[in-house]
Amino acid sequence: MGYVAIKGGKAAIEGAAAATDMLRAGSEHAEPLVLDAIEGQLRLLVSRVVSEGGLYHPKLAALAIKQFQGDTLEAAFALRAYRSTKPRLLETPPQNTAHMRVIRRISSAFKDIPGGQMLGPTYDYALRLLDLGLVDENPEDFRAIARRFLADAPETELPDSFPKVLDALRAEGLLPPLKPVAGAPFDITRQPLIFPVPRAAALATMARAETGSLLAIAYSNMRGYGDVHPTIAELRVGYVPVMLPHPVTGEPMEAGEVLMTECEVVAMFEGDAEGKGCGGKPVFTLGYGACFGHNEVKAISMAILDRALQKGMKDGAANPSEDPEFVLLHVDGVDSMGFASHYKMPHYVTFQSDMDRLRTTQAKAGIDTVRQKDTA
Amino acid sequence: MSRKILEVNNLTKIHGRGCPLCLESTGPEADTNICPHCGSVVAAHGVSFDLYQGEILGIIGESGSGKSTVVKTLYFDDAPSAGEAVFFDEEAQYDLYSLNAAQQRGLRNKRFGMVYQNPHLGLNFNVSAGGNIAERLLMSDVAHYGAIRERARSLLVRTEVLENRMDENPKKFSGGMQQRVQIAKALATRPPLLYLDEVTTGLDLSVQAAILDLILEIQHELGTAMIVVTHDLGVVRLLAGRTLVMKYGRVIETGLTDQILEDPQHAYTQRLVASAL
Amino acid sequence: MNNTYELPLDEAGYAFGFMDEYAKKEVRRAILKAICIPGYQTPYASREMPMGRGFGTGGLQLTLSLVGGSDTLKVIDQGSDDSVNAVNLRQFVQMTCPGVDTTEKTEAATLIQSRHRIPEKPLTEAQILVLQVPYPDALVVVEPSEARRKTMHGEADYSRLLVKLYEDIVKFDEITISHRYPTRIHGHYIIDPSPIPRWDVPKLHQSKALILLGAGREKKIYAVPPYTLAEPLAFEDVVFSVEDFRDAAGIRRACSRCGATDSFLDEFSNEAGEKIYQCSDSAYCDEQLARQTSHAQTTNTEVVA
Repeated sequence: MGYVAIKGGKAAIEGAAAATDMLRAGSEHAEPLVLDAIEGQLRLLVSRVVSEGGLYHPKLAALAIKQFQGDTLEAAFALRAYRSTKPRLLETPPQNTAHMRVIRRISSAFKDIPGGQMLGPTYDYALRLLDLGLVDENPEDFRAIARRFLADAPETELPDSFPKVLDALRAEGLLPPLKPVAGAPFDITRQPLIFPVPRAAALATMARAETGSLLAIAYSNMRGYGDVHPTIAELRVGYVPVMLPHPVTGEPMEAGEVLMTECEVVAMFEGDAEGKGCGGKPVFTLGYGACFGHNEVKAISMAILDRALQKGMKDGAANPSEDPEFVLLHVDGVDSMGFASHYKMPHYVTFQSDMDRLRTTQAKAGIDTVRQKDTA
Repeated sequence: MSRKILEVNNLTKIHGRGCPLCLESTGPEADTNICPHCGSVVAAHGVSFDLYQGEILGIIGESGSGKSTVVKTLYFDDAPSAGEAVFFDEEAQYDLYSLNAAQQRGLRNKRFGMVYQNPHLGLNFNVSAGGNIAERLLMSDVAHYGAIRERARSLLVRTEVLENRMDENPKKFSGGMQQRVQIAKALATRPPLLYLDEVTTGLDLSVQAAILDLILEIQHELGTAMIVVTHDLGVVRLLAGRTLVMKYGRVIETGLTDQILEDPQHAYTQRLVASAL
Repeated sequence: MNNTYELPLDEAGYAFGFMDEYAKKEVRRAILKAICIPGYQTPYASREMPMGRGFGTGGLQLTLSLVGGSDTLKVIDQGSDDSVNAVNLRQFVQMTCPGVDTTEKTEAATLIQSRHRIPEKPLTEAQILVLQVPYPDALVVVEPSEARRKTMHGEADYSRLLVKLYEDIVKFDEITISHRYPTRIHGHYIIDPSPIPRWDVPKLHQSKALILLGAGREKKIYAVPPYTLAEPLAFEDVVFSVEDFRDAAGIRRACSRCGATDSFLDEFSNEAGEKIYQCSDSAYCDEQLARQTSHAQTTNTEVVA
């Protein structure tokens, strides 16, 4: 005897932790990663983690990336769990992204836009050729890169804020007028999604969704399981000042800033049920995407899905990307990765129960076969 | 005179936001059911009639006349914009549109039956023919497997579906056979009231005749009251004692079917009858 | 980038019960509502726990919101106190709830968190059982839309679920649902009782202990309050049955370790390839074994005397 199937859990967990940590260290000669290096040099990775973790804390994100060996799902997950331990003390009023300190700003709708296009940091037009020069870089190389960049930088100061491209379209009457939304925005960290949900809930859910999941569903819409056909009116990346009311005077004051990516897409126009739009005219429709960090694919995907979901909420979903339940309940990285992982846990009891059903059914089928043979 | 089973008063259904001019700007005189002022569709307006136990009432008209709208609102597939309907059951009477969703579902499951033109609306193609009938029985709290099987079997036999196909998915059945399964399903709970929406449209002529015969036989056997919606004069001629003629959402003529077919009063009905001859 | 910001290293210590107090209060409010409406899936804003969704985060939030210094906690998975996941959860509670005692003895626990099993030993009025739930809604097999399922529950419209049972019998002459057996609570709501085997379903009925079910990922809490009707879905003439542990000769198999013939058995193969059956509830198995040993000792003493 003595064969007990599921004993020794404690020792096994400790062993697993030790093995994981050993692989994290790599070898005894390896240099430990410095958090600043992760935050600076792996900034797009940090962007994903702060956005999917739903907590703007690049330093903790860097720590999570280090601790979980570069797994974005796990790192975002750790930020989320950390959040659960913190009470929510304050709500910010709506922040105005027109005040974004822009590092990049483009529009694919217009050749020129008020304030000008600003390509900024992007790989869009870079050749994806491996740069073997990076194999062996040293701090002096980094300093040289910085010197070159600063030498070429223009003297002129950038303006504090840029007008929104959409404002011009709206002034022309090509967009629906802005409508104030009554009440506080839907807080997905304090309220569960009970369908139908307001657009605010959809936007909040997508803002911390897993990038790949969002992209996959948005891509299905782009490829033909949907008909958004978007044009990017404006995509901007930059630092948004976070304004909070002063605790004493109540005056808004800048408490800090967050790096954000924001995308506004314009889609084909539509009228209302009677074939007319606002004020009797058809207008373009809009999709909005925004997330923490620098993550353009996510912001674009979100904007497309926002548009698709608005259509689905209005007319009923004609495809998965327009179905709020389908999209919003399947894009969260923490939920989906957790559930995929849980299948690795023991399921002895349920499988035992499955076997019992199958055997009972097989036994009955066996009897039936015999019975039929008898009759034959 | 048999007992009244249904009383419909001023049933109205408008799709769209509606405006004060909708009603006066639509109908047979206006030659449209779309309001030129707001674009709303007046699918039905001012539809009133009584239905008696065991009677078959025909509603005839072209597509867009509002005939299907009437049965859809009576079967709670659609909510009316105005009007009322009272269902007189054996012991109780129900004001249909003041009932809550659960009560409406209860009546729909237990006391009404519906056969749609499109079998996809009436049948669940993910379960067997027998399962479809079982679903309606289970909604009515029948909880004995053997009894459900027996009832499903006898209904399918009665509607001339081969008994040995009972456990097959109706997806594999011919159009006529699917309609028979729908009829069996509708009859599962022995409802006193049955709605038939273009049940023979699109079927072969011989199949049509067999299904119409079946409907008549059922009416004789069970005394089920029925509302038969069709664009086919032949169907009302065969089935309906009384008929309503609808155009652009309004009832333009009503009376005994024979009378309407022999001596139509309204010009539209005259054209309809003439074109069918 | 904010290079001047230093990491708050002093924040490593966590509050009692990990979650902040507001979050725990919210969970307790949802629990009260769930008890008031037996079987109703009460939505709540599930918090992220530091373990994977699907690993019992719903159950854990219930446990952490309820547990206090005077509680004794038992955590099991697949019936065992020592399975990897149970150990993990227990350690986490021990770490974040200092002062809470833990036990492996069913009768010693005031709070039991379990995945996939209900202990064999009957529970008492003084106990709360928390079950971890992956899929809270029994209707999900017939209706994918949550909005529509909510209406169906509200109207107790379960005919499509029953049709599934009907079709099962037609096809297999048996209801093939093995675990997660749909069960009607207090004559109205049908619940997914979590992936407990059929064996455990009758234990829900008129349970003396409060049974709470938590689905973290799906953000639902529901309850089977004490002394409440819990009826597994079936037909009058095709009744519900539990797992059959009889061998080919029709003899009830016994646990190969403690000899019990009244417990749910795990089946596995030893190195020689022989089938072995053993109690899934390890605490129950231990107790049977201990009783036999002491009984044997008593008998020996008697003989000596």
